[in-house]
Amino acid sequence: MKNFNYHSAKNSKEATKLSSNKSAYLAGGMTTLPSMKLGLASYSDIIDIKNIKDLSGIKVSGKSLKIGAITKHADVASSKEVKKTIKSLSDLADGIGDPQVRNRGTLGGSIANNDPAADYPSACVALNATIHTDKRKIPAEKFFKGMFETDLKKGELIQSVEFQVPEKSCYMKFPNPASRYAIVGVYIAKFKKEVIVAVTGAQPVVYRSKELEKALNSNFSESAINNVRIKPSSLNSDIHASSDYRAHLITALAKKAVAGCK
Amino acid sequence: MASLIGSRVERKEDKKFLTGKGRYTADINLANQTYAYFVRSPHARAKIKGIDTSKALKAPGVVKVLTGKDLAADKIGGMIAGWKIVSQDGKDMKVPPHPPLASDSVNYAGDHVAVVIAETLDQAKNAAELVKVDYKVLKAVVNTGDAMSSEPIHEGIEKNLCFDFGLGDKAKTDEAFSKADKVIKIDLINNRLIPNAMEPRASIGDYNPSSEELTLYTANQNPHLTRLVISAFNAVHPEHKFRVVAPDVGGGFGSKIYPYAEDVVVAWATKKIERPVKWVAERTESFLSDCHGRDHITHAELAVQNDGTISGLKVDTIANLGGYASLFATVTPTYLYAPLVLGLYNIPVAFCNVKAVFTNTAPVDAYRGAGRPEATYMIERLVEKAAKEMGIDRAEFRKKNFVSKFPHQQCLVHNIDSGDYSAHLEKALELADYKNFENRKKESASKGKLRGIGFSTYIEACGIAPSAVVMSIGAGVGLWESAEVRFNATGNVSVFTGAHSHGQGHATTFAQIVSDKLGVPIENIDLIHGDTDKGPFGMGTYGSRSLAVGGTAIVKACDKIIDKSKKVAAHMLEVKPEDIDFKGGEFIVRNSNKKKTIAEIAFACYLPGQYGEIKSPLPEGVEPGLKETAFYDPINFSFPAGSHICEVEVDSSTGETKIVSYTAVDDFGTVINPNIVEGQVHGGVVQGIGQALYENAHYDESGQLITASYMDYTMPRADNFPEFKIDYTCTPATSNPLGAKGCGEAGAIAAPPAVMNAVVDAIGTEVSMPATSEKVCDSIKSKQSNSKAA
Repeated sequence: MKNFNYHSAKNSKEATKLSSNKSAYLAGGMTTLPSMKLGLASYSDIIDIKNIKDLSGIKVSGKSLKIGAITKHADVASSKEVKKTIKSLSDLADGIGDPQVRNRGTLGGSIANNDPAADYPSACVALNATIHTDKRKIPAEKFFKGMFETDLKKGELIQSVEFQVPEKSCYMKFPNPASRYAIVGVYIAKFKKEVIVAVTGAQPVVYRSKELEKALNSNFSESAINNVRIKPSSLNSDIHASSDYRAHLITALAKKAVAGCK
Repeated sequence: MASLIGSRVERKEDKKFLTGKGRYTADINLANQTYAYFVRSPHARAKIKGIDTSKALKAPGVVKVLTGKDLAADKIGGMIAGWKIVSQDGKDMKVPPHPPLASDSVNYAGDHVAVVIAETLDQAKNAAELVKVDYKVLKAVVNTGDAMSSEPIHEGIEKNLCFDFGLGDKAKTDEAFSKADKVIKIDLINNRLIPNAMEPRASIGDYNPSSEELTLYTANQNPHLTRLVISAFNAVHPEHKFRVVAPDVGGGFGSKIYPYAEDVVVAWATKKIERPVKWVAERTESFLSDCHGRDHITHAELAVQNDGTISGLKVDTIANLGGYASLFATVTPTYLYAPLVLGLYNIPVAFCNVKAVFTNTAPVDAYRGAGRPEATYMIERLVEKAAKEMGIDRAEFRKKNFVSKFPHQQCLVHNIDSGDYSAHLEKALELADYKNFENRKKESASKGKLRGIGFSTYIEACGIAPSAVVMSIGAGVGLWESAEVRFNATGNVSVFTGAHSHGQGHATTFAQIVSDKLGVPIENIDLIHGDTDKGPFGMGTYGSRSLAVGGTAIVKACDKIIDKSKKVAAHMLEVKPEDIDFKGGEFIVRNSNKKKTIAEIAFACYLPGQYGEIKSPLPEGVEPGLKETAFYDPINFSFPAGSHICEVEVDSSTGETKIVSYTAVDDFGTVINPNIVEGQVHGGVVQGIGQALYENAHYDESGQLITASYMDYTMPRADNFPEFKIDYTCTPATSNPLGAKGCGEAGAIAAPPAVMNAVVDAIGTEVSMPATSEKVCDSIKSKQSNSKAA
């Protein structure tokens, strides 16, 4: 690991002021720190944001649920408000990584990193979330742009994520047995006007499955998925799952998600 | 005092381990210490055209940079293959040179090329990046099955073939097959595993230029052998001035039996710089360069008569040795494998052919079970398939063919002293509630799940091994064990063993034996091991040998202590030794209340002055002190056996397999401490299930290890398992006075076929290990499309 300057920011303003082209924000550090240790990343300045109080917390208002960027997965998983408003989001948080990761890793860190196999991006897309930064509000669908790539500008700081509360929803993940990242994760959210199906782990970035949405919009049932065929050609393929298997898993998990929708 | 044999004594060593007070090699820091970092080959196969260390030498903090040329200049010997195998044509095996630092060529990704020694670890790592190695990259030979038809990776070793080994009577076996009513065939892959001991390997070389003594601290299962090999073959330092210490060691599973290149290099380097040199493996280095396990391709055939009697067995195996022949690599797929292919069946004739090949992958050596899991996987998958194809209940088919009279001379090698195979199978069937399986299967089906049950009845050859036998078949060492039992003047006991505990709980089990023999409270007994300066030469711990062989040496040393003590007691009590009985730590004059405790005798032996009327407690000719050494060379292997039954549920929509029930009934002979034995069974079963469902070392076409971290190499986890059902039967071993057979490897041997037979039973079609969700899903799909086509 290369040497770096460490700063602990007291508030968002101080954090953004410290940022530069060679800096990185540090929240849970679940990806940043291992990358630095392995020599895959190096920064001149690390700006620790985990002591910024107003970046943390969970608030329910009307039809939305707002979660602060540095709120830990374990806090989302155990939050009564989250369980009551969007149970599937609490379940998702409870299935991220392992207890160590859940007690360090944060929502903002997860989506800023935008790992193709991360869980949270699927929740943001399926629950029609808005990403609040220090500069603007970004709709989830525009936020996740490519593999490890987001719409964030250098130094832009995520402050919170605002999820829309659906009528019912469910997240089904088929974890990589080694890393527990999603080989495929399917998040289905049924709103009054539409069904959103977000898929993570299967492509370089989270996406909405138009085939599944079409089928479920006309008939929200497991049997509606029977005739859906996912094309494997655009899907990821690696030692853990071929693109064919991922295609198979998407429909298999979608059925389980529909059955599990609450 | 009640006997402690068979008692659930709490592990004496747990307090320190559970409170973080274990002292491992990495915990040891010496004054003036330097840090070593190895430059490793990024390529699986390449010629080394040149190594430029000039920039690295100028980097901050660098003390020394050493390469293979420096090793050669100092005449440091190469790594050795310690067991000579002779091919069927009578020729010796072919083994390539294996220098601790490669100088001409590299043969796997991770092979050692140079070492940088610096004041700090960071400085060593940074400087290592500046070592420029000029490689001519060659096409790597990666797959076991392709090795013989690929370009030789080592000069003079045609077809990459180390040996072509045969065991058994081929002509008689062929004859049996020609007369068979039915021949059952199976093709199997025994997947490559990475040992993943919790503690990565580590070594510190510490040369004292004043005394000219060299100390090597190392995470190793076998410190005495490590000293012998590094002295005699690597020629680093003479044995009498060389001390090897293997302190607390966090798991080995075979991968720490032998010295590695890093151990030789730090031992040599400390002499060159006259400062301690410390090396601790990073986890990635463990994945890349710890010896891997298994990696076989096997075709096997079973000759069966219509009544279900097995009449012959033929096995053809290709075993991958990796880039070089590691210390015990050649015995693992031969003498630890081929004699065991018979399982616990009465098979009249058999022939087993093993071709061992070199490839550009990490060396493969003994890993928990070593050869016996491979043999058991083959015979148990084959027998299960045979029973199904013959339409005979799988348990009944096994019972019909079990060896039932003992001793039993098998048709290949072993003479099995004792056993009762139907007893453990019956008990396991009961415990697993086999008779109600069909009901459970229906229940699973109602939830859309496929349920299967699988059997594994296994035998292993442990307690290795009679020296004369193993040396006659190529072993470079004898496999006896030593012990020293030393009474201290205050009445407590120090026990020295040549075995090494790295999770086995010897401090407890061995103390139970000594307590039982000598009548000394267990808290007054301490076990000392893992230091060549303390206690006699020993052969270390592997092959489930410590209790059967090392424990017996302790029993023998205790017997000598009792003999001598009895003479002293008799003298003090003024009777004849034959008038004295020894019981519960007391020497009692028969039909009298006159007695001496063994602690009193020990005291008297160390302080042999006037005792009352007696001038000296020591009779004439008896030396002072109370300390005895014993060496034990076993008269036979021991043969643990057992029946494991696994039940799985498969989600046909995803292919995911869940173990819903696992039953293990083992015959380990005498059990000293059921807690420790259960721990061994749990650990072994978990590793076996890991092999069956999760673990797999995956190299890509160019020989890069893709599963080189826990992100990609799947370790089994606690939430993968149900509560295991465990029980025992007992037929004591006749080859040692304890009646112990060994339990360390049983689970890893028995579990893979039990699990795979259950998966195959559930989905109704073949699938290879590890039975990942994708493979199971594909098998289910292709079975469905086949049945539609038919």
